[in-house]
Amino acid sequence: MSTRASHHQVTMGLNETRWMIIKDRLGRGWYKFRRNPISLVGGVMVLLCVLLAILAPYVTPYPKHAGAFTDFQNAFQAPSKSHWLGTDALGSDVFTRIIFGSRISLMLAAVVLGISVPVGVFLGLISGYMGGKTETVIMRVTDVFLSLPALVMALAICAAFTPSIDKAMLAVASIWWTWHCRLVNGITRSIKTEEFVQASKVLGASPLRIIFKDILPNCASPVIVKITLDAGFVILVGAGLSFLGLGAQPPAEDLGTMISFGAKYLPERWWMTVFPSLAIFFIILGFNLLGDGLRDVLAVEEGV
Amino acid sequence: MEERAILDIRDLHVWFHVYEGVSRVLDGVSLYVRGGEHVGLVGETGCGKTVAMKTAMGILRSPPALFPQGQVLLAGRDVLKAAPIELLRMKGKTISMIFQDPLTALNPVFTVGQQIIDVIRFGHRWIRDDGALTKTKVRGIAMEALTSVQLPDPRRILSLYPLELSGGMRQRVLIAMALVNRPRLLIADEPGSALDVTIQAQILSLLKSLVKEAGIAVLLITHDLGVVRETVERVYIMYAGRVVEEGPTVEIFDDPKHPYTQGLLSSVPRLTGEALAEGIPGTLSDYTEAPSGCRFHPRCPQAMEKCAQQKPPMVKVSTKQHVACYLYHGGGG
Amino acid sequence: MRFSHFVLRRWLYSVLVLFGLSILIFIIARMLPGNPARLALGPFALQEQVEHLQHLMGMDKPLPLQYWTYITGIFRGDFGLSFQTRRNVALDIAHYLPATVELVLIAIVWVLVFGVPLGVLAARYKDSWVDNLVRVMAFIGVAVPPFVVGLFLQLTFSYLLGILPTTGRLSLMTPAPPLRTGLLLLDSLIEGDFSALGDALKHIILPSFAIAMTGIGQIARLTRASMSDIANQDYIEASRGFGIPNRVIAFKYMLKPASIAPLTILGLTFASELSNAFLVETVFAWPGLAKYGIRAILRKDFNAVMGVVLIIGLAFVIVNLIVDILAGYVDPRVRIKQEEGE
Repeated sequence: MSTRASHHQVTMGLNETRWMIIKDRLGRGWYKFRRNPISLVGGVMVLLCVLLAILAPYVTPYPKHAGAFTDFQNAFQAPSKSHWLGTDALGSDVFTRIIFGSRISLMLAAVVLGISVPVGVFLGLISGYMGGKTETVIMRVTDVFLSLPALVMALAICAAFTPSIDKAMLAVASIWWTWHCRLVNGITRSIKTEEFVQASKVLGASPLRIIFKDILPNCASPVIVKITLDAGFVILVGAGLSFLGLGAQPPAEDLGTMISFGAKYLPERWWMTVFPSLAIFFIILGFNLLGDGLRDVLAVEEGV
Repeated sequence: MEERAILDIRDLHVWFHVYEGVSRVLDGVSLYVRGGEHVGLVGETGCGKTVAMKTAMGILRSPPALFPQGQVLLAGRDVLKAAPIELLRMKGKTISMIFQDPLTALNPVFTVGQQIIDVIRFGHRWIRDDGALTKTKVRGIAMEALTSVQLPDPRRILSLYPLELSGGMRQRVLIAMALVNRPRLLIADEPGSALDVTIQAQILSLLKSLVKEAGIAVLLITHDLGVVRETVERVYIMYAGRVVEEGPTVEIFDDPKHPYTQGLLSSVPRLTGEALAEGIPGTLSDYTEAPSGCRFHPRCPQAMEKCAQQKPPMVKVSTKQHVACYLYHGGGG
Repeated sequence: MRFSHFVLRRWLYSVLVLFGLSILIFIIARMLPGNPARLALGPFALQEQVEHLQHLMGMDKPLPLQYWTYITGIFRGDFGLSFQTRRNVALDIAHYLPATVELVLIAIVWVLVFGVPLGVLAARYKDSWVDNLVRVMAFIGVAVPPFVVGLFLQLTFSYLLGILPTTGRLSLMTPAPPLRTGLLLLDSLIEGDFSALGDALKHIILPSFAIAMTGIGQIARLTRASMSDIANQDYIEASRGFGIPNRVIAFKYMLKPASIAPLTILGLTFASELSNAFLVETVFAWPGLAKYGIRAILRKDFNAVMGVVLIIGLAFVIVNLIVDILAGYVDPRVRIKQEEGE
């Protein structure tokens, strides 16, 4: 920290200094983010995808084509002026379907992460802080869930149910909490012994207070980076499940399902596969770039 | 500027690009070391002595470092402009270095033997007198080197990993590696400061005897005045990227001229007398916004107007002593 | 404790985890809504036929007993009967496993051959166009779904260029070499049947590369990060100071410590390859374990599902063990710390 901050510390008092430190941190962060073209590109890409998905009914040329719709007359049309990316086997406009499909993919990510992150972080904090039997039990359960690669595990869980998008979401969420639990557990364990935590203890702070005031802020950066990177990965797994027939089902197809159906018509009717593929690649790439950029900005180590 | 100097740094400027701007770490450093001499470079942490040393060794990477001005002459050749192959030739043979922390200076995944053998192999490429180097010969040289630093059972040590040795032993290994190719100049960066005081004393006396035997010139870099007093003949005092005073050790200690040197010496707690150590008020400045003129002026008890305006040049104050301070310009003021 | 003890302990713990996994999947599989026996027999089967099959499969017994029967069966090599093939799942697995093993092994070769050198290159020319190119390629490798890679490879090489086959392990015309290991490449080599070998190679290139893409990206990035991190270490500076030439420093003194990090994620890379296999085998109609597993899932053939899950879990355990041993070999710090006691 530069001497400027310490000098101000003496003359201006603690609260103002904290604000200055945050400003400095953000300034540095923004400086790094700006200089890093990769993270900027990622940020823009993600923003674009999210906006398009939210505004789907307003930006697509044929919003009615999403969902159950058939027009066999117009099926299998190559890309043209009226249908920029062509039409599929049922006559729906591919472009429209892609936008709506990406909506489903993004929603999947949001739901999965929305469930698994709080659960995982919570369990991680508890197990890390309390140690002993609680920690052992929680960590062992984590190990069992992590004993298979994510997709395989999700597949196995999906095996119990009729294929549908919500079951797929459930399956992925039930695995995903483990990553965050492990991450937060590790951080909590290493911070637990640090002096400022001991100090809080001595001052008589309740465990809850310690967890939320001292330990949680330290987990914030790695968890945020992980969430961004996870989004891409969750979408990947979701698309994989859909591709195999276990995720989104027609007519509410997501990109994976579209690709799977389109693959039957390769290579002559290539547009039905190629464009959804590009779309999903775009989304995942955007999240990955953003996550990587954030990692640099928030100064988290590789391997998260 | 000296002939016969093995190392001759002339008006060296070294800058770095950082978040806040350009960090002008070295702002015109000049020093030299002659053959067989023992010279000290003293300054507090952050004064730039490590940067100067790394430049001399040619191991500073060029982005992010910039060398806008100055020369670093090693046995007559400018390190900053030399071709990489020339530089390689000089390392180990002309100039060698001992790092401060023996744990981080040794590669943890290779044995001591592997590392020292490579140093010998690549150093001896440039030494003509030894003829063909066979494996046994190299091993022999390695064991000899380890014995010279008073390590018992060299054969066993060669097969150990750095983690398996104690701090003192590691430092000895490093010294052996530094001296095995018989360099003309050795730069020692705070040797033993990462170790216990007693072990440090052992290491220093070992070092002393070794360099005396072989007639090696030494540039000792340290912030520890006690070590300086015991080991070197001549001293450079550095502050904030500049040399502020220079002269024979005895004279500097007896009669320091620069206010910084005076402050430094009075900061050392004395075992005799009543006065407490004084210290110097303030802290080292930020190199991106270094003070104008003399970089010490914000902390100097005798600062004048002139000091904030222009950088004071080095002037001679006695036969062998030089100071960079306006107090000594034409009778002081 | 000694390093070998450490490895043994890890192994025992992994077996425990495998048990936990089996319980988990067992519970999930038995939680099926709907009736697997009915599914297997079809909607036209009579109720008593369904009940008979249920009894045969032991589905009318209490859950823990079912589990116990199953587990003891495993140790006898009896993985239960598959609904689809009506034979011991173990036999099914033995039949389909080699194809997947071959695929994954070749994929690992790709990962090492491309991933590591690219990472080294990127670190060496850090921040130059080479570095940026490698980073972009790595990003793309990690971001593209493997089935998309597979489809695109198929599109380009099979349909457009026509130089490589689309699906399967061997062309219809080529007779397979006699079955020894089940690994076509090995079997044809042993037999000296070079036309079969060539044909098998042509078939395996695309799917194995599709599987390897993610891994290549991961390893390249990690190698690059690891190398540039090592490059800043004091001991590398010291080596430079001692006059050791840059080439030696790069390939010996930096590569070895830098290889530790990629080695540790080799386990994860293997995991991603297994996952990818599930997707890629479908694209290329590769008759491997993944294809069998997916069919089992779609048809609710839970004995088959259990079998596949357990085998994959076991494979994972074995690979992690190998990685641990290798890591201990490369990085003496791991070994020494273990020996000094935890």
